Amino acid sequence: MSANHDSTTLLEVRGLTKIFGTLTACDHVDLNIAKGEIHALLGENGAGKSTLVKMLFGSLEPNSGEIFWNGQPVRIASPGAAKKLGIGMVFQHFSLFEALTAAENIALSLDDGSPISSIAAKARALSYSYGLPLDPESLVGDLSVGERQRIEIIRCLLQTPQLIILDEPTSVLTPQEADKLFETLERLRSEGKSILYISHRLEEVKRICDRATVLRHGKVVGHCNPRQETASSLARMMVGNEVKAVVRAPAEGIETAPALLDIRALTRKPATPFSIPLKNINLRVRAGEVIGIAGVAGNGQGEFFESVSGEVLQQDAGSVRIRGKDAGGLTITGRRLMGAAFVPEERLGHGAAPRMKLSENLLLSRHATDGKAFVGSGGMVKSGAVYSASQRIIEAMDVRKSAPDPEAAALSGGNLQKFIVGRELDRRPSVMVVNQPTWGVDAGAAAHIRQALIELARSGSAVLVISQDLDELFEISDAIAVMHNGELSKPLPIAEATFEKIGLLMGGAEPGHAEHTLETA
Amino acid sequence: MDITVNILLTIATAATPLLIAAIGELVVERSGVLNLGVEGMMIMGAVGGFGAGYLTGSPWIGLLAAVAMGAVFSLLFAVMTLSLATNQVATGLSLTLLGLGLSGMMGTGFVGQPGERLPNLDIPGLTSIPVVGRLLFGQDPIFYISIALTAAVMWFLFKTRTGLTLRSIGDSHTSAHALGIKVIRYRYLSVIFGGACAGLAGGHLSLVYTPQWVENMTAGRGWIALALVVFASWRPWRVLAGAYIFGAVWIGQLHAQAFGIPVPSQLLSSLPYLATVVVLVLISRNKRLTMMNTPASLGQPFVPDR
Repeated sequence: MSANHDSTTLLEVRGLTKIFGTLTACDHVDLNIAKGEIHALLGENGAGKSTLVKMLFGSLEPNSGEIFWNGQPVRIASPGAAKKLGIGMVFQHFSLFEALTAAENIALSLDDGSPISSIAAKARALSYSYGLPLDPESLVGDLSVGERQRIEIIRCLLQTPQLIILDEPTSVLTPQEADKLFETLERLRSEGKSILYISHRLEEVKRICDRATVLRHGKVVGHCNPRQETASSLARMMVGNEVKAVVRAPAEGIETAPALLDIRALTRKPATPFSIPLKNINLRVRAGEVIGIAGVAGNGQGEFFESVSGEVLQQDAGSVRIRGKDAGGLTITGRRLMGAAFVPEERLGHGAAPRMKLSENLLLSRHATDGKAFVGSGGMVKSGAVYSASQRIIEAMDVRKSAPDPEAAALSGGNLQKFIVGRELDRRPSVMVVNQPTWGVDAGAAAHIRQALIELARSGSAVLVISQDLDELFEISDAIAVMHNGELSKPLPIAEATFEKIGLLMGGAEPGHAEHTLETA
Repeated sequence: MDITVNILLTIATAATPLLIAAIGELVVERSGVLNLGVEGMMIMGAVGGFGAGYLTGSPWIGLLAAVAMGAVFSLLFAVMTLSLATNQVATGLSLTLLGLGLSGMMGTGFVGQPGERLPNLDIPGLTSIPVVGRLLFGQDPIFYISIALTAAVMWFLFKTRTGLTLRSIGDSHTSAHALGIKVIRYRYLSVIFGGACAGLAGGHLSLVYTPQWVENMTAGRGWIALALVVFASWRPWRVLAGAYIFGAVWIGQLHAQAFGIPVPSQLLSSLPYLATVVVLVLISRNKRLTMMNTPASLGQPFVPDR
């Protein structure tokens, strides 16, 4: 079969299939990308976007199917082969080396053997010409996520590719940094380069992409022009049915409600050279409200969560108060016994033990708080009670699974997250702290989790949500505070908050000093 | 004066095998592989070197055999951990146990036999210069190899592109793979280099230090080399410093024991370990520098998804 080639097509993919065991991650995928276009690849988590892209970049080998480059059939056996063809990639989870400098990182992906100093000079020149200033001597471990992405982009551009693949590039950027990125992409398009843009953010796809290919469960379900679609029609193509909108009933009487979680002058020294110190954080979460914490990844959110949950103890017991009592010196179990519940960022290995069953995972986190229900006399586990409690959670949260009580690792990310959140909600905690509640969770499950968090708050609990997803925070929060470089801004009531205001705070501008825009934006 | 020179020479002889084995292991660990089998590869090098020297009558052939023995033995580790992705700690420990046992079996015929010793360097006119002559121009050939090796590894790791690639693999093998770097190939070559070095270190013991075969003659030096790499925070010149501090205190306490200083001999014997740890901990106080030099993917098996 030969391609009926027309000269405007750069890359054509026909019937590309990749099978992992029993899962068909990509099922006869067709895709074509024209010269000088920004082509969106849309799909939910697990729809097969990353698998498809890895096959195009040569890090995975397809089971069947054909790839045509400029009309010629090609086999892309390795990332090196992809680079030779002219395919460059900006990775979602950055493929950078933290212990090396920016210039060394760039040198590693160029095969020309020129000395580091000349590569550094070229990278600096190119970065300024695209308005993405970069210091080649800086150590990657010291850089912000946005700056790291710049290195990836510059590294990719130095290879003068014809096709640039960007995998979820804006998920780690402030809105202002994302705008800057879009300018760069539009400039690249005007230079005749093609861009394959992978995202699940519909608004930005509508804004910059010329065409879109939508994947669902490994299959192409449609091609469209995103500018002629609405966000909800695109979402319907991606998800396959309507996603229930999250409803946030107005919060009433919050001003007079007691603060169930009270953080006063929380300060923490950096634990490692690359971690962020917390500086004098003050925050009150009252009964009945949801407070969101926004911020670019790596600005101290992880450290903050550890301090609030009790994974790390504070020296000043009064710096974290739960239901009016000092909790700073208590461990995570101590804080749970006071009525608090915590959901950490990583599901596997932190939120749940991967090789243990769901019921066992339930017991692990609740054996102390629900000792009477789950543990009998002489320390024997009442497995019947634990099992029925885990089934109750599975039902309440609509967790989809293949066995009655499967291992945690056997669940998809979204379903495991529903279980972990449900496990804490099931206790009706009066304080709930969640870090990245819906990271990597599909839209349906995410809506379910968000709705559950709002309902918990409205029933009289205090809910604190740390998230990188601004859309999510705007959907569920009554007020949003922003964490930047270990400092927390004052919470902005949702009625006053805008993407722009929050974005400036994420970039480090002081509230009320918006003209102080930072140089990193 | 002569005594001082002699003491300095014995210090160099004690430090050389530690330095060579540790430099080899440093390269292995910089590539992200933790090979705890240094002791086993070293003793295999010792028995192979002694055996080949004894049977052929040439210590030089013994030297080559020691290097080859260590390299071949490390290949076993490489196949297990890199191709079959076994646990590196467990595999390394079994490599040590296997080496100690196997060398004992291979060496049964060599016990008590006089071995061949590598001759010291002797440059007419230079070696006979008082004091510095013997220190600079009169030592065994492996001493010079060890110094050259340290300099070469420093240059390779920090000045060449291939060295940069090797360090990047140690920092993150997934990122390196994503860039198209051949992670497994680099690691194979690193492990074999480490094995060859450990073999050479073993050869130094049975061809220079005490030219004879005694079972378990490495006496834990492989473990000391491993510890040196960590305490030196994976930096070659610190490994050199550590090896010589250890050698110096080792020789010093032997002399102290001979003089009959009224300190328990057990305490004196533990001094080299204590002194080395204290000094190296002091010079690696800079946490940031240590983090930068620690291979972040050390000991993690790498299985590319295909």
